[in-house]
Amino acid sequence: MSKEKKSYQATVYVRLKEGVLDPQGTTIKRALGDMGYNGVEEIRSGKFFEVSFLSANRKEALKLVNQISDKLLANPVIEDFKVEI
Amino acid sequence: MKFGVVIFPGSNCDYDAYQIIKTIMKEEVGFLWHQDKDLNGCDCVILPGGFSYGDYLRTGAIARFAPIMQEIFNFAEKGGLVIGICNGFQILLEAGLLPGAMLRNSSLRFVCKWVHIKVEQEKTPFTNNCQRSQVLKIPVAHTDGNYFISEEGLKKLKENNQIVFHYCSPQGEIDPVYNPNGALENIAGICNLKRNVLGMMPHPERAGEKILGSEDGRYVFNSIITFVKRKAN
Repeated sequence: MSKEKKSYQATVYVRLKEGVLDPQGTTIKRALGDMGYNGVEEIRSGKFFEVSFLSANRKEALKLVNQISDKLLANPVIEDFKVEI
Repeated sequence: MKFGVVIFPGSNCDYDAYQIIKTIMKEEVGFLWHQDKDLNGCDCVILPGGFSYGDYLRTGAIARFAPIMQEIFNFAEKGGLVIGICNGFQILLEAGLLPGAMLRNSSLRFVCKWVHIKVEQEKTPFTNNCQRSQVLKIPVAHTDGNYFISEEGLKKLKENNQIVFHYCSPQGEIDPVYNPNGALENIAGICNLKRNVLGMMPHPERAGEKILGSEDGRYVFNSIITFVKRKAN
């Protein structure tokens, strides 16, 4: 039964590219300063997605998650993504 | 001529756009549903403002995959006029019909106020009724209007005269002070290379009558009408 699909769980991390301003991160950093945490040099915000799906093998699974991340979960103009399975 | 206003779940400036065209510009206008697969013979498609799909994921990211968008890609490819206002602009960016992307406003706040924009390009279907450097008073209302593009992309925009509007003072001075959202170099609106697709953050459909505070929005719609009618003759 080599064609049987297996269940996979992937995590996709999306973050703003280096060099792209992150207004949310900047504001959080400022708030931390107000709270007395003065040693914080930088905060970059991002998001992650948990994707569960069926796939024939790990290679196919990776291909699929990379595809949906590139097409929808991240906007390649401003964001990078990293996939973990 | 005929305008088509697209309604996505969460669009909220669709009736404003419909209203100005029907009662102020006195042209034919109809609604297009996001599930439609036909533009009903429109000469110009308007992607209105609002919060399509709740702004989930990123503004415009989900709307970009609605069935009607395939028709809009084909229409734009053939030279059809498409104008995206506010959320419509965000959708055009996500769809790749215009270059760049929107970031959250630098203030992180929803900004709702009158702004002034300077017409940098009068030779487009959307600005041909304006003079070069004319200042228009039009309101903005958005949380994600912080336009971003790579350095290389910005260079191309400039080389190809694609920056149509800059935020400015009432006298036309371009300065960060008059930038409501942190947009790169005060960019308020851009067009594509072929100049048949325009995206702008300010709402011309909200500036059609003196009683509302300004009539300057009419310049945009009058330009479109002039362009289409000139082409037809």
